[in-house]
Amino acid sequence: MANSAPPFARPRAGTQPPYLYPDYASTVKRAPKRPPIRFEHTLSEITGPVFEDGWAGPDNCDLTRQHQDAPLGERMILAGRVLDEDGRPVAGTLIELWQCNSAGRYHHPVDQHDAPLDPNFTGAGQVVTNAEGGYRFLTIKPGAYPWRNSPNAWRPAHIHLAVFGPAFVTRLNTQMYFPGDPLLAYDPIFQSTADAAARERLIAQYDPELSEPEWALGYRWDMVLRGRAATPMDPA
Amino acid sequence: MADKLIPTPSQTVGPFFHLGLDHPEWSDLTTGNPNGERIAIEGRVLDGDGAPVPDALIELWQANAAGRYAHPDDQQTDKPLDPNFRGFGRVATDAEGRFRVRTIRPGPVPGRGNTLQAPHINVVFFSRGLLIHLHTRIYFEGEPANASDPLLSSIEDPAVRGTLVARRAEGSNPALYRFDIVLQGDNETAFLDL
Repeated sequence: MANSAPPFARPRAGTQPPYLYPDYASTVKRAPKRPPIRFEHTLSEITGPVFEDGWAGPDNCDLTRQHQDAPLGERMILAGRVLDEDGRPVAGTLIELWQCNSAGRYHHPVDQHDAPLDPNFTGAGQVVTNAEGGYRFLTIKPGAYPWRNSPNAWRPAHIHLAVFGPAFVTRLNTQMYFPGDPLLAYDPIFQSTADAAARERLIAQYDPELSEPEWALGYRWDMVLRGRAATPMDPA
Repeated sequence: MADKLIPTPSQTVGPFFHLGLDHPEWSDLTTGNPNGERIAIEGRVLDGDGAPVPDALIELWQANAAGRYAHPDDQQTDKPLDPNFRGFGRVATDAEGRFRVRTIRPGPVPGRGNTLQAPHINVVFFSRGLLIHLHTRIYFEGEPANASDPLLSSIEDPAVRGTLVARRAEGSNPALYRFDIVLQGDNETAFLDL
């Protein structure tokens, strides 16, 4: 039978952000107005790209050694696991990361924030998770930066991460934040998810066990992807 | 259920995703010289004002020419895998909201029960202003199997159904298809709740 693997569970109410969230002004002209068409998963949805064979390039998980000299800023380790809802590790999946530098500026032509670029920091990395779903990046802590969503709006320090998981429907693009950041209370992107426990998933935890003495602060952050639904697909 | 972990919420890719995600060479799925008919798909991405979306990222996932996905859960052992075809691609829009990809025409794949799905490409769509990505599909004009495709036949409004069908440029050879993505408004693309 072709469709032997079960479909994936749908998110519980409030645990993912909506399309339209007017406090984040750019959603107003980009959120679809028609409700999406509900469609039960087929082979097209429960499969997805496989990255274990190095096709996406070698692991590039040390963002502090991509240039001749060291970047400016506070060195940090970001490490954790990719899991599904049932706590099972997601091994062999690609994680892509990007971020601004310690001054709050992206190495990107669209970013015109009046803060210095760092010639020793690009801010992009990628890694494939190990057999336990584990990953580890060495980078520098990104800065906060202003944006024009509303007067005097500042994005809290964050790192962008994208992960595939086992299927096209487990795709996740998200942002990791830092504990205790006062800007989180004012950030509509962070606040867009209604469920407070779900929002907590976006905040990494400082972990002294992960810190390297005399070298880098450690932050632990697990990403949780959709798991399999309880009931299998219709028999063929 | 109580023991389940809450999945991590999605957050927008923002305007600077090219830094981490844009690999222009990933817009050509044929670089490994796979089996199958070469096709190109181009289009524009428009917002609710009809303005181009210059900061969108489109990801494609498709079966090979025989209708098999390069994934361990596709157990259609009667169909060959193509070692030269991964089935995944990615393209960012340009300053005018345009994109273009090269690939091969996918074969039909099974649906639920005893159904057959018409050839299609699965799409995940990201942009600034989207807190969570969109799902849609690209079908192909002139494909007889479209008439019995489970998803297309489930959409009653022919205008909505039509937003999922790429139009073949007249006389194009190799085939060039046009597929616009309209995020909001009268010609809004049909997006999927998966």
